[in-house]
Amino acid sequence: MSHIDILTLEVGQEVGSDSFTFTRDSLVKYAGASGDFNPIHYRDDFAKSVGLDGVLAHGMLTMGTAVQVVVNWVGDAGKVIDYGVRFTKPVFVDANEGAVVTVVAKIGAIDLEAKTVRVDITCVSNEVAVLGKAQAVVKL
Amino acid sequence: MVNPNVQGKKYPETAPYLVGREKIREFANAVFSANPINHDVFAAQAAGYADVVAPPTFAVLIQERSLHTVLADPEADIDFSRVVHGDQRFIHVRPIVAGDELTSILEVASVKSLGAHSMITFNTEVFDAEKNLVATAISTLVVRGGE
Repeated sequence: MSHIDILTLEVGQEVGSDSFTFTRDSLVKYAGASGDFNPIHYRDDFAKSVGLDGVLAHGMLTMGTAVQVVVNWVGDAGKVIDYGVRFTKPVFVDANEGAVVTVVAKIGAIDLEAKTVRVDITCVSNEVAVLGKAQAVVKL
Repeated sequence: MVNPNVQGKKYPETAPYLVGREKIREFANAVFSANPINHDVFAAQAAGYADVVAPPTFAVLIQERSLHTVLADPEADIDFSRVVHGDQRFIHVRPIVAGDELTSILEVASVKSLGAHSMITFNTEVFDAEKNLVATAISTLVVRGGE
């Protein structure tokens, strides 16, 4: 059961927004949690040696964080049954300043029969969209 | 260039991965989850789950195990230093919970070339100990061509 009444929802309605600050610590934590130890996510010298402007966040960190706005709305991480994104731009994480990622989630489609809602997510850092076609289907 | 002949190739099932409660909590913390169901056993059980629930992108850990077998496959010929994550999707039959013992089978869904670059899409099916499908992870990697 969900506390959300699907009949009260409208396409285009905003269901949540939040900002997250990624620091170098966040990247190291995600590396450990996920097992992705690619040094482009924590070593400036290595990132530069492969032609990057600097250390960047794991795309999967951005993807995993962005969906939390949807999870917080629905109240149950287990209700997100389908979630996909395109990685459009890297999130460069400055050693001192970090990087702020801003997420907005809006209703994209409602399926009354299946009792599912598609939530469309925008995710912006440094004024550019870092995820494209980010959509999460939630079972209500 | 990725070898186009690996399109349709299936890789052997990975060894079982036992999903730990603390691993779920660690992953949940790393992706800024504040959802009690990811952290608190009682909250998860009150919501009808056997144990703490993994965040929606947790299956990437299982996908990675399968991907390693492809990256180590000389036939596929993927230069990992040139790989960029293009897109990613997770379709869940049910959420992953602590205590699950998961295996995966990866199939190369497609190999496309885009100028000097290659795009390779993998479908990784994740199964529980009873061999029921838990989730499908779909990942596209872009392999940059040589300059």
